[in-house]
Amino acid sequence: MTETDQYNFAYLDEHTKRMIRRALLKALAIPGYQVPFASREMPMPYGWGTGGVQVTASVLTPNDSLKVIDQGADDTTNAVSIRRFFQKTAGVSTTTRTTEASVIQTRHRIPEDPLREGQILVYQVPIPEPLRFLEPRETETRKMHALEEYGLMHVKLYEDIARHGEIATAYAYPVKVEGRYVMDPSPIPKFDNPKMEMAAIQLFGAGREQRIYAVPPHTRVVSLDFEDHPFEARKGGLSCALCGSEESYLDEVIVDDAGGRMFVCSDTDHCEGRRSQACTEAEG
Amino acid sequence: MEMRTLTGGFADTPREAAIAFRAMLEAMARPGRIFEMAGAAPPAPMSVAAGGALLVLADGTTPVHLAGGHDAPAIRDWITFHTGAPLVAREEAALAVGDWAGLLPLDAYRIGVPDYPDRSATLIVEMAALAPSGAWLTGPGIATAHRLNLPDVAVFRANRALFPLGLDFFFTAGARLAALPRTTIVEAD
Repeated sequence: MTETDQYNFAYLDEHTKRMIRRALLKALAIPGYQVPFASREMPMPYGWGTGGVQVTASVLTPNDSLKVIDQGADDTTNAVSIRRFFQKTAGVSTTTRTTEASVIQTRHRIPEDPLREGQILVYQVPIPEPLRFLEPRETETRKMHALEEYGLMHVKLYEDIARHGEIATAYAYPVKVEGRYVMDPSPIPKFDNPKMEMAAIQLFGAGREQRIYAVPPHTRVVSLDFEDHPFEARKGGLSCALCGSEESYLDEVIVDDAGGRMFVCSDTDHCEGRRSQACTEAEG
Repeated sequence: MEMRTLTGGFADTPREAAIAFRAMLEAMARPGRIFEMAGAAPPAPMSVAAGGALLVLADGTTPVHLAGGHDAPAIRDWITFHTGAPLVAREEAALAVGDWAGLLPLDAYRIGVPDYPDRSATLIVEMAALAPSGAWLTGPGIATAHRLNLPDVAVFRANRALFPLGLDFFFTAGARLAALPRTTIVEAD
């Protein structure tokens, strides 16, 4: 018996997967609405992507190719350990190439390369309720969603403008899905918000908070704003120190003890792809 | 209990259910598109796709309503043995299976409540055939427009008007499956 055979396929028991699958279908039918689900304890701490892992385990098939990123990178602890978890428990093949993956689990980024039909993007979500920091009571936020009462969120954005002269929210920037539910896109930079109107399926799992939600392909996802302060998906005006990209989202990396720093692509696969392409062109 | 009650489930549940669910997930995400299901062999008149959908979704926590010709002893026994789902009337059902005439009228099914619109029934409609013709579908999950030979138009338009409440549908014919969530806008040809 191999190690993979000692686990049920993709770790979770079938009863749990059925419950999560039912929640996923309802989540797709009501885009942006947070479906409660009976989140299980996973063999990793809350905050490490227990919600995303449960969603991935429920959608994974034996033929899938899995990619896991943490802030865009394939080689950080969280990404490596989740990838190995599914290699061990599901025996699926893994990849770091965005274009070759059929399921991509992500923590806080959307890959730079556009996703296509047949791919599924699974987000790890810490706090799924966009109104939670404005209204701590679940009974109240639930009522606000039911009544489509999102005035409080606009007041928050307005206060940003009053205090800072602009909307200062830089990540987890609230969106309205298909003109109905206001949704937390998880802590992705607002630079990524426009990419959420894509051809792939987007699923969101919050393990500790026990919520699942989804955005079907080709669904309207509008970042909240004001007519005189329109949403802007911007980033610093720098280019990547490794591949020279001016379009991609950058991470700041400290390189020595003297405060030296460089900016590199947060999406490691995108950066490597560009560099190897540049190499080939230089040789050719 | 007959022998065929005990057969017709998934041979390798974790893997086959995963593949079948993936087709259902893609179907629900892309309303009107037709996908293939395999693995289940329920008693007639239930289709392979409808049987597979029940094996993927139903268990002791999901009351199932059998409508019309599907409310037959062979099917009741098969569902009870393979899923353990309680068989109930329309009003209590989380899942309902049957042909279109048997499932009507739709106003008896649960459509959810404003605080919990997910607490609504999913209807599995058995069809003679599925084809990309007839009604035009637009809305979330559809890039421009899809077509599907829906059994009705007015009913689905009324269901759309209930959003965010409402029913969600799977359509099955043989091994083929398509879906229509409550968000889809249906227009007659």
